[in-house]
Amino acid sequence: MSEVSIDDITSKDLVALDMEVENQEAVISALADLLDKDGRLSDRETYVEAVNAREQETGGTAFEMGIAIPHAKSPGVSRAGVAFGRTSSPLDYGEEKADLIFLIAAPEGEHNLHVKVLQQLARRLMHENFRTSLREASTPEEVVELMRENIST
Amino acid sequence: MKFVGVTACPTGIAHSAMAAEALETAAKEKGHDIEVEIHGASGAEFVDRQVIREADAIIIAADATVAERNRFEGKPQVEVRLREAMDKPGEVIERAERAAEQGESEESAEAQAQEEDEGVPTDMGGSGWGAEVRRWLMTGVSYMIPFVVAGGILIALAFALGGAVEVTEVNVYEDFTIPAMLFTIGATAFGMLVPILAGFIAYAMADRPGIAPGVVGGLIANEIEAGFLGGIAAGLLAGAVLILLKKIKIPGGFGRIMPILIYPLVGCFVVGALMIVVIGQPIATVTAGLEDWLGGLEGANAILLGLILGGMMAFDMGGPVNKTAYAFAIAGLEAGAFAPMAAVMAAGMTPPLGLALATAIRGKLFTPAEQRAGQANWVMGSSFITEGAIPFAAADPLRVIPSLMIGSALTASLSLAFNATLQAPHGGIFVIGLIGNWPLYLLAIAIGTVVTAALVIGVKEFTGGSDQEKATSEAA
Repeated sequence: MSEVSIDDITSKDLVALDMEVENQEAVISALADLLDKDGRLSDRETYVEAVNAREQETGGTAFEMGIAIPHAKSPGVSRAGVAFGRTSSPLDYGEEKADLIFLIAAPEGEHNLHVKVLQQLARRLMHENFRTSLREASTPEEVVELMRENIST
Repeated sequence: MKFVGVTACPTGIAHSAMAAEALETAAKEKGHDIEVEIHGASGAEFVDRQVIREADAIIIAADATVAERNRFEGKPQVEVRLREAMDKPGEVIERAERAAEQGESEESAEAQAQEEDEGVPTDMGGSGWGAEVRRWLMTGVSYMIPFVVAGGILIALAFALGGAVEVTEVNVYEDFTIPAMLFTIGATAFGMLVPILAGFIAYAMADRPGIAPGVVGGLIANEIEAGFLGGIAAGLLAGAVLILLKKIKIPGGFGRIMPILIYPLVGCFVVGALMIVVIGQPIATVTAGLEDWLGGLEGANAILLGLILGGMMAFDMGGPVNKTAYAFAIAGLEAGAFAPMAAVMAAGMTPPLGLALATAIRGKLFTPAEQRAGQANWVMGSSFITEGAIPFAAADPLRVIPSLMIGSALTASLSLAFNATLQAPHGGIFVIGLIGNWPLYLLAIAIGTVVTAALVIGVKEFTGGSDQEKATSEAA
């Protein structure tokens, strides 16, 4: 397997801190804009639709720890990526509340090398100290560095 | 304790990974070992079979179908929603502890039945072409079995209620009787055996686009009377054609119509044409040749004739060879020679009966679906519904067919040697009143049944056991 690291799937340009957004759709839309600007989406609309459809289907990807991971595999994605948003106050998200939102974009295709990294990231999120660090980070650079530290590939 | 966890979500990126982490953390906190496999749209990396065997319980946290759940058969299992594993992993682990202590599956019977139905083995533990072909055949067979069971039992019921000879001669749409209706429904289900077998062999090879060409090829196999072997040929052909078609990548708008238009159109045409020209024509020639040859054997040594007729009956069960032997007996029946008819019917009863016996005494050699089909084979075999043996033969032709042929050849020879006769074209035990020398006739069938079962068991065990067992021993 070729080397895929966290730097391939995210960067400081894909991090938004202290977001002031009203709702779930708005945060997804704002983070999708970041992915789009970073050249990772070939068809933003298709991708966002897929994400929202999945959110509806599952009743929201947020859960107890204040994290939401909206995500989709979609032909609207040209390059895998993850955008991270932190809202200034917890957002009503499905049946839960969330202030840490990871928007994951994965291209269609069966064997996706990026899946491993994304899975690693998802795993780390189950740990309290990682979440705390993410909440305390003061710059996008710091967030990316945190991910880099915590995800070994 | 040792656990194996399975987490599955439709994409397999985020939630299944998070649930895996939660379960691992919770299990370690409680001092357990756990290995978790994450399933998603792109498949999964399966844990080692050895690990599964050593596990005290299996934890399945899934919001999506878990592939190859039959790997966990017989293990205590706990099944939860993905969210439960993420939010309350500790409780899930506790449930697994209890399940392991009770030593049985927490699963509902319904879930188990569903699991068995979905139990199409997609990983036979082996590798290479042989295992691959086997997986295709098994998939086709698993979809075919319900048709065999429904058709076989309905026809047997029709025989029991309405007389084996009568029901086959009535047109239910003109002269309605309950037995004629049962027979018609059963016969319709049987008409689907070969198309379904072919369609789902192709499905196993080439996914959904394989189904249409496979089914059409299977229907043509019916039409040219190629039997289930013709169905296997149609399925493999359709799968191969579609695999090739899928390799053609056309960019742009035309590429998009490939799955909608080109796959079904070209697939059905190519498979249909090959079935008609390459397979249909030779079969007609071979059948004619066989008829002549068999006709020339009239008056030959009874033992030899029995061996040939019996072997032919069990070779392709409904295919051209079987039909030729049956037609020979029918010609005899019409001409007043009743012994070949008796021999042929006995030879058509021992394959399903022998398999019923084999699954009853050595269930482990067969898949769960085969075991259930095996029990229906008591009814089908007794009623001279040879089709009951087809799933077994189609799943493992090289080992099963020769075993069936030897048992049937022996039975037919014995029937002729005992001078048993039969004055009806069909019916199994329901026409026992029309059988001459019936006690010895039943003895011939009993011997053939036992020999068939012994051979099937012997050959399966001798050459490495069932697929499941083989996989286990390879992993060990």
